[in-house]
Amino acid sequence: MNARGNAMVELDHLSKYFGAERAVNDVNLAVAPGEFVTLLGPSGCGKTTTLRCIAGLERPDGGEIRIDGNIVASAERGIYLNPEDRNIGMVFQSYAVWPHMTVFDNVAYGLRVRHASSDVIKTRTMRALELVGLAQLAERYATKLSGGQRQRVALARAIVYEPKVVLFDEPLSNLDAKLREQMRIELVRLQHEVGITSIYVTHDQSEALVMSDRVVVMNKGVIQQIGDPLTIYARPANAFVANFIGVANLMQGTLTGRSGEFCQMEIPLGEGRAPLRLSALGGEGAVQGQPLILSVRPEDFAIYLRQPSGAPNGNLFEGEVIDTVYLGNFLECRVRVGRYEVGIQIDHYEQLEPKQKVFLSFKPDHGLCLTG
Amino acid sequence: MQTENHSSRYVEVQGLVKWFGNDRAVDGISFGIPRGKFLTLLGPSGCGKTTTLMSIAGLHGIDAGSIRVGGVTYTSKAEGLFLAPEKRDIGMVFQSYAIWPHMTVTQNVAYPLEIRKVERAEIDERVNDVLRLVGLTDMADKLATQLSGGQQQRTALARAIVSRPRLLLFDEPLSNLDLKLREQMRVELKRIQHEVGITSIYVTHDQAEALVMSDEIIVMSKGRIQQKGGPHEIYARPINAYVSNFIGVANLLKGRVVQVTAPGRGEVELTEGGARVTLPCQIGEGIKAGEEAVISVRPENVQVSRDNGGGASIGGEVLQAIFLGNCVDCRVRSGDFEWKVLAHPRAGLRKGDKVYLRLDPEHTLAVQP
Repeated sequence: MNARGNAMVELDHLSKYFGAERAVNDVNLAVAPGEFVTLLGPSGCGKTTTLRCIAGLERPDGGEIRIDGNIVASAERGIYLNPEDRNIGMVFQSYAVWPHMTVFDNVAYGLRVRHASSDVIKTRTMRALELVGLAQLAERYATKLSGGQRQRVALARAIVYEPKVVLFDEPLSNLDAKLREQMRIELVRLQHEVGITSIYVTHDQSEALVMSDRVVVMNKGVIQQIGDPLTIYARPANAFVANFIGVANLMQGTLTGRSGEFCQMEIPLGEGRAPLRLSALGGEGAVQGQPLILSVRPEDFAIYLRQPSGAPNGNLFEGEVIDTVYLGNFLECRVRVGRYEVGIQIDHYEQLEPKQKVFLSFKPDHGLCLTG
Repeated sequence: MQTENHSSRYVEVQGLVKWFGNDRAVDGISFGIPRGKFLTLLGPSGCGKTTTLMSIAGLHGIDAGSIRVGGVTYTSKAEGLFLAPEKRDIGMVFQSYAIWPHMTVTQNVAYPLEIRKVERAEIDERVNDVLRLVGLTDMADKLATQLSGGQQQRTALARAIVSRPRLLLFDEPLSNLDLKLREQMRVELKRIQHEVGITSIYVTHDQAEALVMSDEIIVMSKGRIQQKGGPHEIYARPINAYVSNFIGVANLLKGRVVQVTAPGRGEVELTEGGARVTLPCQIGEGIKAGEEAVISVRPENVQVSRDNGGGASIGGEVLQAIFLGNCVDCRVRSGDFEWKVLAHPRAGLRKGDKVYLRLDPEHTLAVQP
């Protein structure tokens, strides 16, 4: 995780206050060259403030930021470089591609206002357009471009200064749902082609899962977890991450035992029902009797209409169907289990009626005990 | 179809034809709806679904056929009958909420009862009941302009059902709402319809909406019915390539039926898709041995593994693996065909992986082209 030495962007104990509120709280992160890292969290989690600190639009109150080994901000040493001196490109939410200009002029605009020589403008603009695969459309007007091509223009504009890093601030959030899904894939393909180090801010968990090499989940200014999408989804560090990424069924109980890498948990279901005794991964460092939260994904349950002989997956319990939603490729079902409503996703069709008695099971290595 | 008894045909549409100029918008369709059921007319724009709905509402005349609801003839070309729309006892909910901005929620909902001169005490009781049903009790005294889009649509629904009409008609009522609210309202609307038990016809171009809400779906194209059936039937046993492609996502490959071994079962040879494999499969209606067919396989029914376990498998390479959390949306190239595959996240597929695809005979279907 600590790629010190060969990291392209490093955040070292970064903090930022707004009044008494600590918007960014001791954030440490190293982004490798060419990596696509997403800062993900709900609004107010500190992701945008972190990005703005990297961009030089906010001055940190503590810690240091290095880009390609150079200190661009250090609260302790009193260093603070202006945005234009940091070697970064930016793509914002409200990126507007100017319709009355050609592709070339859209991309060259930033160099022109900086009074670059016409040779430099031509070489750099064409190089940027080649990188994003738009060189042959240089003379086309922006109005004649597809959504994907406009995205390429926006990125070309950000990389025309030949930056080390591109920062993205929710660039897709103004698009409608269908276009957004296409653009995610398009943008990540483009980033891989260009190979530029990218830091991307979003509150949309599916965007983060689809696009990122690594995801940084933030809440209340603090990093909750850093990992690749599959790890973040399959092994969330805590209940916040489990619930923010995808859908998780969370049940509260206590640790009653341990065997190998599995924890045994006892989960009270409320009056009139015996507690569940289940085993699952996780619970590292927890002691006997400690409160734990069990997290199981809807797609990790198996459903049985009759009690199966034995416990085929190790964890088996009874419930009552609340309702179902048929989506074709999936059947979503809510099941009442004591005081919990368990959401499950079935990958085949079952005729299920409200109040019907069913049995649910999940494999111990598909459940996760979380400590908080 | 003709053996259905009367109760299964509370709504009965027979040979309905409607022309617009030279365009035969509805081309001789017939269907029935049992009392209390929720039927969806589904299709792309221009398929005739809205024209069918408007014919039932009586907002225009028809050119042939008849429409009967609960034993009452709404219109019959042969008998020269046309019942005025206001006499059809229908509740309608449109895309535009069409509620009065200068009235409160209560006044909007009470209106249909007031014009019917229902007694005050009964109006109050029924309005309260229906507001509770749609979850607007706390909003009763708010002006319609103070409501969110979702709340306005709930008001429109409450107004449509308060007079307990013979029939409810819905014309894409959720299409103005944002995605999250729309998903929530689908489930809610289905629950409310189920509780009031009023026979309903719902028009949409959104297949997910149709699957979630309907007791039965009619898939339409070019003024005709392509298929009628329950959501699972339509999804799992589409009659042709059109329906298969319109509902959900499907891999559609050219093939030839080698033999029919039992009713509805047989073998096909794929003539597209990388390998010329012969597979056991389900044989759809109207398909005979030796004929060309389209083989339809849903992405979630393509089994994918990294090792070739023997048997008929199709080798390929993962072009794209998009991790969506609860599933992984993959593209697998085999020859010149790109398979759409929905894999479990625990399969851990990555771009560039060499994989083997297997098709389950229960979920591989030969359909009409």
